[in-house]
Parts: sequence; C-alpha cells; structure tokens
Amino acid sequence: MFEDLRDLYQEVIFDHNRNPRNFRVMDNADREVEGFNPLCGDRLTLYLKLDGDIITDASFQGSGCAISTASVSLMTEIVQGKTELEAEELFNQFHEMTTGKDEEINLEAIGKLAVLAGVREYPARVKCATLAWHTLDAALKNQEASISTE
Amino acid sequence: MTDFPVEKIRADFPILQQQIRNKPLVYLDNAATTQKPNCVIDCISDFYRQDYANVHRGVHTLSVRATDQYEGARETVKDFINAQSTKEIVFVKGTTEAINLLAHSYGKSFLKPGDEILITAMEHHSNIVPWQMLCQELGTVLKVAPINLQGELIVEEFEKLITAKTRLVSVVHMSNALGTVNPVKKIIDLAHERNIPVILDGAQAIPHMPVDVQALECDFYVFSGHKLYAPTGVGVLYGKQEILEAMQPYQGGGDMIRKVTFKETEYNNLPYKFEAGTPNIADVVGLGAAIGYLTGVGMDNIARYEAELLAYATDKAKQIEGLRLIGEAHEKGAILSFVLDKVHPHDIGTMLDSLGIAVRAGHHCAMPVMDFFEIPATARASFAMYNTHQEVDVLMDGIKSLIEVFG
Ligand SMILES: Cc1ncc(COP(=O)(O)O)c(C=O)c1O
Repeated sequence: MFEDLRDLYQEVIFDHNRNPRNFRVMDNADREVEGFNPLCGDRLTLYLKLDGDIITDASFQGSGCAISTASVSLMTEIVQGKTELEAEELFNQFHEMTTGKDEEINLEAIGKLAVLAGVREYPARVKCATLAWHTLDAALKNQEASISTE
Repeated sequence: MTDFPVEKIRADFPILQQQIRNKPLVYLDNAATTQKPNCVIDCISDFYRQDYANVHRGVHTLSVRATDQYEGARETVKDFINAQSTKEIVFVKGTTEAINLLAHSYGKSFLKPGDEILITAMEHHSNIVPWQMLCQELGTVLKVAPINLQGELIVEEFEKLITAKTRLVSVVHMSNALGTVNPVKKIIDLAHERNIPVILDGAQAIPHMPVDVQALECDFYVFSGHKLYAPTGVGVLYGKQEILEAMQPYQGGGDMIRKVTFKETEYNNLPYKFEAGTPNIADVVGLGAAIGYLTGVGMDNIARYEAELLAYATDKAKQIEGLRLIGEAHEKGAILSFVLDKVHPHDIGTMLDSLGIAVRAGHHCAMPVMDFFEIPATARASFAMYNTHQEVDVLMDGIKSLIEVFG
C-alpha cells in the first residue's frame, strides 16, 4: 500500500524507530545538548563522552518521528570511536546526501547512514533527519546548551 | 443529510479533480486553508481583465467600476455577518492583522498599565502574541482561562478570572487545534455584565456556521478570507461603530485621511480610517464572490452537513485501536485532531500523503495546547463542505494501514 514510500521508510528505519540504540541518559557526559525542531515538536537530548578528541560514547533521549529517531539512533552508533574531526566530516557528508538532490551519494564515506538518503525527495522531512546532526555539531563545538532547526 | 449537493459543490472546485501520487486527492487540511471555487477564481481574473483600477480615487469609468465592486463586497460581508452598517466592516490582510490592529489601536486608545486582558488556553498564536507584545510595551497583564481534558473552556474558571481590572476579553470562536466551539454568547454576556468588550477570533468558525454579530453582541469579530473559500491576503475586522469611532487609527497614509497639512491631519470616516493605502482590491472582490457562493449553498446547510460528516468520522476514528482523539468537546466543528500510540504525527502526514490524503501534522500554531495535552504535535484532519463520507473512509483505511506498517 505504501510502495511509494519504500525509499523513505526503509526497514532499517522502522527497526531503529522500534528499538532505538543508545537510548539512555548518560550521567557522566562531557557534553549534553538539546536539539529542538519547533515545526514538529521533535525534541532530543544528546550526550557525549569524550576522551581527548575521540568520542567514546554517545547516547540520547527524547521523542520524535521515525525519521528523526532512526537518524539519531544511527548517529550515536556510528560516531562512537570517531574523532571530532571525523564526526564533523560525517556531518558534512550527511548534509550533502540529504540536501544535494543530484549529487551521487558517496556510499563509502556515509556507510549505513545511506538508508536516510530517501529524505532528499521529501523536503518537508529533511529537518527530521538532520536534527540529530545539527545537535551533534553544536555539542562538538561546545556551543549552546540547546539548538533549534528554525 | 442526503440532499446536500456535495458532488455538485465538488465539481465547482477544479483543484479537487486531480490525482496526488496517482491517487484521487483527499484534501483534509481545510483548517489551514480552503480551496477556491471556479466563481472565485473567475471573478478575480475577470476583474483584472475588465474592471481593475484603483478605488476611491478616480473619476474615470474603471475606477468607478472597481470602487463599486470593492464596496459591493463590503455590503456582502455586512449582510453575511449581519452587521448594522458597512462602516463596521474594515478590510485587512487576515485574522492576524485584525488582531494586531486591535492590540495596537484599541490597546493604545483604551488600555493602561495594570489593566488585564483575558484570553483562553486554546488560542491560536495570533491571539496570544499580539497581546504579549502589547503587555510588554504597555504594562498590561495577560490572563489565560484554562481548558479541561475534553478541550473545553472551563467557564467557571473563566468567570473567576474576570476581575475589576479586566478591560478586554479576546477568545477564539472555534479552536483550530481542537475543533472546540466556545460558548461565546455566554462569554459575551459574562463580560458585558461588567462592561468589558469582547473580541471573537472567527478564523475557524466563519466557514462552518452562520454568524450573526448582532445576535452575538460581540464588540469585534475577525476572520480571514482564505479559510472561507476566498483568496489569501484579505480578511475582515468587524467592530461596533461607536468603538471603532473612538479608536485611534492603526496605520497612517492615503485613503485614511480627510485633510492633510503639515500641521495636522484629519482622519477619514469609518471604515476608511482603518484602511490606509491601496487595499487588496481584487481579493476583496473575490471574497465577495466566495460569500455569494456560500450564501447560495446556505450556511445552515453547511453546518448540518459537516456535523454529520464529523460524527461519522469521529465514530470511525474511535473504533481504531491506538488512536486518541485530541479535543472531544461537546460543541465541536469539523476538525479531527488525533495522535497514534506508535506513530508520530509527522510520519502519519507523510504516510497519508502517499495515499493522496492531505492532513496537517504539527502544533497548529497552538503550542500551549500541545503542552496542555503533553504531546509534541497532532495529526489533524479538518473537513469542509466539499468533503465526502467516502473520503472519511479513505482516511480511516489509510490510518489503519499505516498503523499496521509501523506495528
Ligand atoms: C483560530 C485561528 N485564529 C487565527 C488564525 C490566523 O489566521 P491568518 O493566518 O489567516 O491570519 C488562524 C489560522 O490558522 C486560526 O485558525
């Protein structure tokens, strides 16, 4: 019935939505930033544990749509063990993938985050996918305690 | 109501005849804005093709024709809401501008620091923010009357919040987030017993029910054309003549003056005092055409038909496991706001869109309402006179299928 949506809602996304990974409060976090999308009310808190410039742990709390939940869940998995610089580079790749309509996706660099590439056909949903990454960006730059997509 | 000519009405709306994602469009976002019938679309293009010129300014034929049509629309609006005089009908951009006009003009003409303005907990942001801005500037105080879990105003609490300092009441006639129709006559009577004027935000009510401002005795009634099958960029501020007379103008410029020297300016008569500058002429004319169409269908008939449609939809929605209605007021207009246990409103919106169904997902410019129900957002199906029972079925089947997919 929802054939048109297969690219957007891939099985991996349903899986992460049903069973989000790293969905927990981190008591001894080095960074804690809240991300908010006022348009749809999605709200998440991202926690990071850092060792030097290496992200040793990432977790989150909050509620959002399937796309934003899957995105943050996948992100917390993939950034663990990465340096801040590598994480920033992933953010750039991810941003390009979700907003650059015509460009080829660099599958090697983006890895399993490619399941979120479908949002590029749904402009109204891009922010759902990128909220997690904007929040990570703010956390790494150690900027504000909360950010908003608007 | 089997005799309601819904198929005939649908045929008058060209946009409804299309397919979205290879499915027949089911347009259920009417609380955000309504579609336009041929007579409105044609009226605007005919007006630009044949009769367009500036109003109130020229002696030439086109200016006279344009002015006649513009003022004719004012007469149509006056009759539609049963105002006493066309002097009480001010054309504005929409509900938002009307409330800002009132906050500015009424506020600065009549309110003092410490005076209280009373609203309800179910207001649209446009009936909250202008008052907050005024309070910041003027030192007035905003009071908010609470709602219950059905999404109804708690009238006793509202009454308790009317104090010796209350100087203005501004409430929504029908809530866009919940569908609740407020007991506005009761509210007006309570306020008037204490000589407090009342503003009604009629943005949602006006397309769904007959409105008679004299019967209501409201002091102001405001609404937008675009939710009433008319173009965007035009709305109405109704105000009782004696109050409008006493109010300072909102904007200064052409049309709102009688005489200007560098020493002083004499303002024009009502309603022109509040219509500075060249107005949105063609769209006002289009508003007149939309009201003409609605009068032909009959607002009573529309109200009856939509009540039936809402009852049908509500009944079906309640049979869906995991669906929670947000807003179950006893008196309700044709709006179905809901959340699902396992599916976020945003996903509901995208999923339904893939079936050709347009609903709104979000906070509906009523964040305090979302906070009250402790939800981030709702999905909202809002109905209009051109929606059918069959479309309700398509919606409900869609909801059931997407619940399965998310399972
Ligand atoms: C109850 C209510 N009030 C005010 C408004 C604002 O109307 P507009 O955006 O046309 O100015 C809306 C529109 O969503 C509404 O539903």
